[in-house]
Amino acid sequence: MTSILSISLGAILINNFILSQFLGCCPFFGVSKKIDTAVGMGMAVTFVMGLASAATWLVNTFILVPLGLGYMQTVAFILIIATLVQFVEMFLMKSMPALYQALGIFLPLITTNCAVLGVALQNVQNSYNFLESIVYGITGGLGFTLSIVLFASIRERLAASADYPKCFDGFPIALVSASLMAMAFLGFSGMKIW
Amino acid sequence: MSLGKSLKEGLVTNNPVLVQLIGMCPTLATSTSVVNGIGMGLSATAVLICSNIVISLLRKIIPNKVRIAAYITVIAGFVTMVDLLLQAFIPSLSASLGLFIPLIVVNCIILGRAEAFASKNSVGASAMDGLVMGLGFTFALVIMSVIRELLGAGTIGGGAITVFSQPATIMILPAGGFLTLGFVIAVMQKLLKKGE
Repeated sequence: MTSILSISLGAILINNFILSQFLGCCPFFGVSKKIDTAVGMGMAVTFVMGLASAATWLVNTFILVPLGLGYMQTVAFILIIATLVQFVEMFLMKSMPALYQALGIFLPLITTNCAVLGVALQNVQNSYNFLESIVYGITGGLGFTLSIVLFASIRERLAASADYPKCFDGFPIALVSASLMAMAFLGFSGMKIW
Repeated sequence: MSLGKSLKEGLVTNNPVLVQLIGMCPTLATSTSVVNGIGMGLSATAVLICSNIVISLLRKIIPNKVRIAAYITVIAGFVTMVDLLLQAFIPSLSASLGLFIPLIVVNCIILGRAEAFASKNSVGASAMDGLVMGLGFTFALVIMSVIRELLGAGTIGGGAITVFSQPATIMILPAGGFLTLGFVIAVMQKLLKKGE
């Protein structure tokens, strides 16, 4: 139980995927202009990260390791993630149109989100068991959601009223804000995990 | 297009990181020291050139509907090769870049060039495009890592020269990465506006 708890806290706050590991920066900057879309993206990423952790763990443990094909990890995992995303998209379109409406446009983008491949590779590196992998995937996604939603609210404020040099327009000022957020999250690294 | 002109485009006016704003994750994560930055840049360049060549060769065979999956498979193959080569010949670099070597697969620059350029152009032109864009990426990484290593560790070139002894460690932490990239892109925007 303690390992599950420390994995969750670590993934959400201390080793936040974006702010301390730099995984998933493209969607973090790309779809963080509005809070609504940030929430949608966050949910979609959490969902896919959980599923991908489960699928890649199973394939790695029962196919790649017994056959001694560990070096094929990258190729196998990215193919699993790509097909998984495709299936999730088709499944949601058919059976849960409301959820599809909310997450649909984000799903194709997730294939190339490095947080998803990152979580799959880290599960193997840290030799997590099945449950720990799924927990790490989902909480990692929650950490992603937390930071992208906070970041989107900062950017909404920035767009409404902010005074900064013109050449900082757009991306640079977003990066500077992200830097301040990362500094704030650095505070969590002092947290002791029991 | 002449070599000089396309080099200028890849390195400056259409730089993948600093102007097109793609491939941020590896740029931020691996620019903590100049050695890491160059290592990452050249690894990605090698993958980009090879994948551009193969995808350009296969561009008439790959069906349109499954093209993204096909591109990713080609790219993943080359990334695995680079990963294994680095592990065998430069283990120290492989250890310090860690997860970000396999993550070259999902670097938007590589898939982006496959989709936007290699799938429509001849082999020679695609190889050239891969080289130029890869060098642009490396160039951005070098700028970033020189600034961060100098301010954050007080050294130049992987600790070869120590400039000052009490550096601002925050610059090699994630917060410093975001900050540096923000300022570099701001300067870039300023310069490009003036050039117009």
